[in-house]
Amino acid sequence: MLEHDVKYLKFKTYLNTYCPHCHHSFNVERKDHKQIEFLARFRGEEHDLRLSPYLDVFEVESSADIKHGEILDDLICPHCKKGLVVKEMTCGECGSPLAKVIISALSKLIPFYVCMKYGCEWHGLSKQDERRIKLKIPRQDMPEQDQTLRVHNHQEVPYGYTTELALLEAGRCLQCKNPQCVTGCPVNVDIPSFIAFIAEEKFDEAAKRIKETNLFPAICGRVCPQENQCEAKCIMGHKDKPVAIGRLERFVADYERKMDLVKVPIVKSNTGQKIAVIGSGPGGLTVAADMRQLGYAVTVFEALHETGGVLTYGIPEFRLPKSIVQFEINYLKELGVRIETNHVIGTLYTIDELLQEFDAVFIGVGAGLPRFMGIEGEGLGKIFSANEYLTRMNLMKAYRFPEYDTPMPHGNKVVVIGGGNVAMDCARTAIRTGSGEVTIVYRRSRHELPARAEEVHHAEEEGIRFKLLTNPVRYIGTDFNTVKALECIKMELGEPDASGRRRPVPIQGSEFVIETDLVVIAIGTGPNPIIFQSTPDLKRNKWGYIEANPETMETSKEFVYAGGDIVTGSATVIQAMGAGRIAARAMHEKLTNVRNRKPKKVTAKA
Amino acid sequence: MFQIIRRQEMAQGTIIRFDINAPKIAKKVKAGQFVIVRVNETGERIPLTVADKDEFAGIITIIFQVVGKTTALMRSLKEGDMIRDVVGPLGRPAEAEKIGTVIMVGGGTGVAILHHVAKAFKESGNYVIGIMGARDRDMLILENEMDHICDELVVTTDDGSYGQLGFVTDPLGKYLEERYDIKLVYAIGPIVMMKNVVKLTKKHNIKTMVSLNPIMIDGTGMCGGCRVRVSNETRFCCVDGPDFDGFEVDFDELINRNSLYLKEEKDSLLFSIR
Repeated sequence: MLEHDVKYLKFKTYLNTYCPHCHHSFNVERKDHKQIEFLARFRGEEHDLRLSPYLDVFEVESSADIKHGEILDDLICPHCKKGLVVKEMTCGECGSPLAKVIISALSKLIPFYVCMKYGCEWHGLSKQDERRIKLKIPRQDMPEQDQTLRVHNHQEVPYGYTTELALLEAGRCLQCKNPQCVTGCPVNVDIPSFIAFIAEEKFDEAAKRIKETNLFPAICGRVCPQENQCEAKCIMGHKDKPVAIGRLERFVADYERKMDLVKVPIVKSNTGQKIAVIGSGPGGLTVAADMRQLGYAVTVFEALHETGGVLTYGIPEFRLPKSIVQFEINYLKELGVRIETNHVIGTLYTIDELLQEFDAVFIGVGAGLPRFMGIEGEGLGKIFSANEYLTRMNLMKAYRFPEYDTPMPHGNKVVVIGGGNVAMDCARTAIRTGSGEVTIVYRRSRHELPARAEEVHHAEEEGIRFKLLTNPVRYIGTDFNTVKALECIKMELGEPDASGRRRPVPIQGSEFVIETDLVVIAIGTGPNPIIFQSTPDLKRNKWGYIEANPETMETSKEFVYAGGDIVTGSATVIQAMGAGRIAARAMHEKLTNVRNRKPKKVTAKA
Repeated sequence: MFQIIRRQEMAQGTIIRFDINAPKIAKKVKAGQFVIVRVNETGERIPLTVADKDEFAGIITIIFQVVGKTTALMRSLKEGDMIRDVVGPLGRPAEAEKIGTVIMVGGGTGVAILHHVAKAFKESGNYVIGIMGARDRDMLILENEMDHICDELVVTTDDGSYGQLGFVTDPLGKYLEERYDIKLVYAIGPIVMMKNVVKLTKKHNIKTMVSLNPIMIDGTGMCGGCRVRVSNETRFCCVDGPDFDGFEVDFDELINRNSLYLKEEKDSLLFSIR
């Protein structure tokens, strides 16, 4: 029996049905026409009865004139002539008798019950059987662009689930009473409930349910490291692969957007208080949306000419289409958020100046100052920070040079140093811009690669080589002062360090040389100094990031909040959103108190 | 959108001066700081130092030499035209404290920035000696303005068509020999000029500040494209500079890094002509 015969029954998938007595199949296929044939006893007479193979009672076809709401006496196997009605169970909805057939579900034969009342939609199987089937449905892959084609374009790699695949995948969710996935999510999206909506084909409601806690599901579904968050906690993951929560999230968000179901909510009455948000990345946008919905006047300041922060300049088009980012930002604009681009806070306005104008300030500027290794030859030409490389490619659209004026960094043999998502993005961008050979150099082993599993998988598919347990030592330059080669040393894993990962130790005398003509350094970022230069009284932690109270995200300055990479160091989009959510909540609480404390205007009496 | 209020050609049309309506920036910008300009939707971001400002009129002045595609495009703009993006002020302002006698050395378009810095030094009560150089008489810019600011001004041209014959280092050497009260030398201009100035002042051990102009994209410390080696450390010109202690700067690396895109620059120009 083929695995794809039956996936999950609730979803009106094509079913193979068998008689529980003689195991003869009821299914009949004639060209495109598929149905299941029974004999039915109705008002004492036997009639032919055909149901659709989806066991949908609405589509009954019979020689007898069966009306809506009438109950069949019995359903009979046309071969062994035995009745299929069972006595021990009745319909869960209308209490009518049930007929039992056997279905093949993923190479298992499982009893399945159909209500005998015409018009009743109830059909199903026992809880245990349901679980057995669910465990048997494989995790559904997203259809993707062909790997040989996609290295020549910048379009998104996965196409996303189709409705059918989404239904199948949603069917895998066990709907746990105590859902662990929710605890794994930084913003605690109500995962089982939105998946249940998908299973019921209420995609719009599923999207609305996610949006109660996560404002940008289309983005998170694409860029969250689900395998370390929600999907890591999924019970299904113990026995099989976890439910593809991220893909489902992406599906409903895309559905909502494409079907034009996104509605701008009505903003609560204005509080009269003003919020300044510095940075239009994921953290800033979350604060802006939350505070705007609570009735505050929000202004977002962005230093670059384009909004979106890392979503725009950092994450490439093929992983997160910029149209989606702009869609979400337009949504904010429609909500009434003011966005000011080309405003560098720190030099144009200081935080103190903002506090005179605004009631509270949120700093979400990201980390943004690229780290270099400080090894010999780093100043040579054609050695880029990942930020520069990606900014040129994504923000400035250098891959369309010379149509766009920013020159495109191009190399035939590209080396990317680092093993995170940014490194994967750089490597995959390089291969898309015509580099023949792209190598990722990472100092730990495959197991420690911090990138999303999907990105590593895609990178490998696209022919990117991995030089693991390798650390750069120095760069060797050409006569024209561009990079010619990279000298590396082999590493081995030693004792675990503070982060719990095993510390790589160099193997003496194992140096070797990789030829290259373009190097991208993707080893992380440090705190950007612009804000601190003008606000020396902002307390910083030992790594130089802003110190913020983890429960409120408030900094050492009152009414100044911070969140995202500028507090935590390089982290994820969803973590920044989580911080933004906490900050918005605390900000609202504090500003509400301020509002209530203010003496009410005494109306003058005549 | 930022409107060009006034346009002026200098040095036979190779150097252009724009007065741009940017009230917010005009209010804040200090001598030595720069802005990033993106002319249109497909344009690149280029850093341009603010040569002057009028806080009350809300105007900043930028002066640039036509060298590549973007500056050629900017040259074609007329009064009243719009520039898509002007971001700023960026970088740290020049520290113009009262210290006594300072020498301001400028070459080529660098004089545009220099005169703003010189003005700041003059306003804080220093005795300012100006030395400015150009290739020939036609390439000389802002002579009147510099003359107005500086207590003493020496002009040199490479071919001797105006002022003294020779390079800016000649009169600078003379001053350094003759005057013992010089506290600071500020050099802004082509990298080679700054390198030679530093060579000279190092001999006399007089503190020298230089203003660097590496390749830059965002100008907010994000890309690291503007990294320069200062006292053997990687520093970012946009957030740590653009002014650095000249004794510590690795000029050779800067020269190399700035010549990286010459081919692309040419391709881009050809594309725009086609």
